[in-house]
Amino acid sequence: MSSLSAPSRLVSAFVPRKRRGAELFLLVLALIIGVGAYALVGLGRDGVIPTDIFEYGGGLVVLAIVCHVVVRLVAPYADPVILPAVVALNGLGLAMIRRLDLASNTSFASQQLVWGALSIAVFVATLLVVRDHRRLQAYTYTMGFVGVVLLMLPLVPGLGVNINGARIWIRLGGLSFQPGEIAKLCLAIFFAGYLVLKRDALALAGKRFLGIDLPRGRDLGPILAMWLISLGVLVFQRDLGSSLLFFGLFVVLLYVATERPSWLFVGGALFAGGAYFGYLAFGHVQARVDGWLHPFENRDSFGQIIDGQYSLAFGGILGRGLGEGSPYLTPFAYSDFIGTSLGEELGLTGLMAIIVVYGLIVERGLRTSLVCRDSFGKLLAVGLSVAFALQVFVVLGGVTKLIPLTGLTTPFLSYGGSSLIANWIMVALLLRVSDHARRPPPDLTPTASDDETAVVKMR
Amino acid sequence: MNKPIRTLAVGCFALFAMLLINLNYIQVFQAGDLNDDGANKRVRDSECSRERGAILAGGEPVARSVASGDSLKFVRRYSQPELYTPITGYFSCIYGTSGVESSENAVLSGSDERLFVNRVIDMVGNKQPKGGSVLLTIDANAQQAALDGLNSLPGDTRGAVVALNPSTGAILAMVSKPTYDPNFLSTHDTSVAERNWERLTTDDPMKKMTNRATQEIYPPGSTFKLVVAAAALSNGYNPDSTVKGGTTLDLPQSSDTLTNEGGSDCGGNEITLTQALAVSCNVSFGDLGLKLGAQTLLDQAEKFGFNEDYFDQLSSAESTFPSEMDEPQTALSSIGQFEVAASPLQMAMVTAGIAHDGAVMRPYVVQEVRSPGLDVLDEADPEVLHQAISGSVADDLTQMMVEVVETGTADEVQMPGISVAGKTGTANTTEEKSPYAWMVSFAPADNPQVAVAVFIEQTDIARPDISGGGLAGPIAKSVMQAVINR
Repeated sequence: MSSLSAPSRLVSAFVPRKRRGAELFLLVLALIIGVGAYALVGLGRDGVIPTDIFEYGGGLVVLAIVCHVVVRLVAPYADPVILPAVVALNGLGLAMIRRLDLASNTSFASQQLVWGALSIAVFVATLLVVRDHRRLQAYTYTMGFVGVVLLMLPLVPGLGVNINGARIWIRLGGLSFQPGEIAKLCLAIFFAGYLVLKRDALALAGKRFLGIDLPRGRDLGPILAMWLISLGVLVFQRDLGSSLLFFGLFVVLLYVATERPSWLFVGGALFAGGAYFGYLAFGHVQARVDGWLHPFENRDSFGQIIDGQYSLAFGGILGRGLGEGSPYLTPFAYSDFIGTSLGEELGLTGLMAIIVVYGLIVERGLRTSLVCRDSFGKLLAVGLSVAFALQVFVVLGGVTKLIPLTGLTTPFLSYGGSSLIANWIMVALLLRVSDHARRPPPDLTPTASDDETAVVKMR
Repeated sequence: MNKPIRTLAVGCFALFAMLLINLNYIQVFQAGDLNDDGANKRVRDSECSRERGAILAGGEPVARSVASGDSLKFVRRYSQPELYTPITGYFSCIYGTSGVESSENAVLSGSDERLFVNRVIDMVGNKQPKGGSVLLTIDANAQQAALDGLNSLPGDTRGAVVALNPSTGAILAMVSKPTYDPNFLSTHDTSVAERNWERLTTDDPMKKMTNRATQEIYPPGSTFKLVVAAAALSNGYNPDSTVKGGTTLDLPQSSDTLTNEGGSDCGGNEITLTQALAVSCNVSFGDLGLKLGAQTLLDQAEKFGFNEDYFDQLSSAESTFPSEMDEPQTALSSIGQFEVAASPLQMAMVTAGIAHDGAVMRPYVVQEVRSPGLDVLDEADPEVLHQAISGSVADDLTQMMVEVVETGTADEVQMPGISVAGKTGTANTTEEKSPYAWMVSFAPADNPQVAVAVFIEQTDIARPDISGGGLAGPIAKSVMQAVINR
């Protein structure tokens, strides 16, 4: 009989809390990591703390405080872990880029800091403009259209440029930009919105084959279309990583929306077919696979991968220490290969910590998706998180020779403005969804007595 | 929709777990192999920029790392290249290492296991790990005497000197001429290093990078008669046994004959073994070799260290005594010709073995290995390589060698008040090349402190005037004096 005596407690065990204090505390830790790493670069390399530590550290602190205050004001119930994790990664990336700048007389770090400030401005704007993520659902098809246009921009003659074999850049007045990074977000919103509408139809079972309920033939249209678009990215832009990312994102969302594992099998089969076709048809795909399987047999062509391996081995378990290794020997150590650069100077320990921080962001994103009450928010959060996880896996797995190397940026760490801006927008969207998900449900019980509320206690 | 999300969470976890496992595999298990890869510039640069330990001879650093002022921080300097290069070898950021720089690289670079504690302390103190130092067995005075001796010969002399402590096997002097200057290989000026490397490694007629004391083998000529005499004394002969003398020995199975140097008759048709060694009688030893047989000679030669690689601190060649011979070849081998070939180090070991009651010691050039804090990590441990002959045979042979010095061909090494044992050698090579001159000796004969082998490959002296005693004798003498008078 006791269960009847306290029913209310059973119903509402989850007490929504804002946890902004926890976020602030974690942010301080993240800043210590970021600014500390910057100081260590100077100490390790030249034996002195860099003279611009106050400008640099101050800049980072101000940016972090701006983020925190804005979140406190417009998304008070947002997840408290995501923002500090991102700030820590961003700080570490800046320190490493700065370290490589010192070795090769470049100035990527200061550019990256400007991009960082710009990204945070966009982050704030996103949080301010998108007050409720469900409003985005209204722009489902617009987002889809914008995403496809952004994807195709680099193919426009005169606008798109070919850098290192991949045609994924556009150049406008001296600034180059990867529209694919933003397209990724637009497509995530589009997929989420589209699947909320179509999930019931797509969930219908078709033929049963090998114990799996296959989808109906007529429902295969969207996934085939997405498959063709991804192949198009591979063929025309020679961008293996993005192609995999877009297709993976769509398949995963399809699976979540319909709760049908068969979509994963259909997607997996299509991916395998596409990958095999790509391998047969394209030299650049074959080269990537060769470099993955036998880099040491052709040292001239796969020097970068070999350098990545040397870099990791040289770092060993504890690492050389910031500023004390030779990560600059690896080509593109500040962008694609920043993972191995960090592995060299921070060691296995440091790089594993970084991967765990990435894992933490993904986990918080998925958790947001779990507690989110609306389908669109659920799909959006899971899409953003899984895309993020896939990207981290593809790029870090590539530079560490776990899988063939593909050109994707390492989120928040590697140099590159478009990637930074896109990822900060992603964080804003995740925080927005989580704010909504963790907010206490509106109190719908009628107020007990109007009289009591009228009483004003005077002291 | 929560069940797929949970499944995806597991999937994402699996992806991250794969990343972590792969990193552990590379950075822990594969790291050693990757770091040892010859093309790994990171490891090369870091060894290059480390403060490498010094190589010391007689308390003085002969190779050490000094601040370079460039990005590699340290550069290797060799203070007396002419004297010590055959032993130290070179250390180059481009071309690697040789000599003691190579064989003791682990200690010098600081990566030796015995320096583990030092490395941990350096790591905690955030200091660059330092290398330990290596102390050579070389006696600086003997080394200088050996080089001065070779330099005193006219023209572009090629040759080598090795002096051993007979009772330990410690190398007291080792000089090879001509040599090169490793400072031009260790330099960080890449173009200089490349130019010098090119010059030294492609068709260098002088073979400057070859340590003639260990890496090259030459016919030992009459000095090999010591090995034949040792075999005879061990097989029933005594110093007073009569052996065949006279001017010629008819070689069996052929029309060839063996004659003596200068056509002498060695003092009669029947002479004692002592007399045969004193006058270096080819006829006697050719005949002796035939009587003893090829197998006995081979066994005796191998007990002295022929056909064996016993020295790993410097790159060295095995001295050879052929195993399949007919009788004429056996006779020729008995006077150190045909395919018998020995390094100067090998002949020094033969001499030292006789001096040390028949026990041949394993040679070594590293006396001590020290940590950066000068704690002794390892000390040379003298070791008998073979008991080549019995003590009594060694005594008899010593007496015969003293006779060689006092009345025979090796009078150049006589020293006032000290009895010296020795043997000369002159080995014919080809018609165009001048013969090789050898001298082996030890002193004092009753309490040997030093055994020395001097080898002259070529010098600017007319062919008839070349003799082991005349060219090599004075050098052997000054090296022995340097050791005894220290």
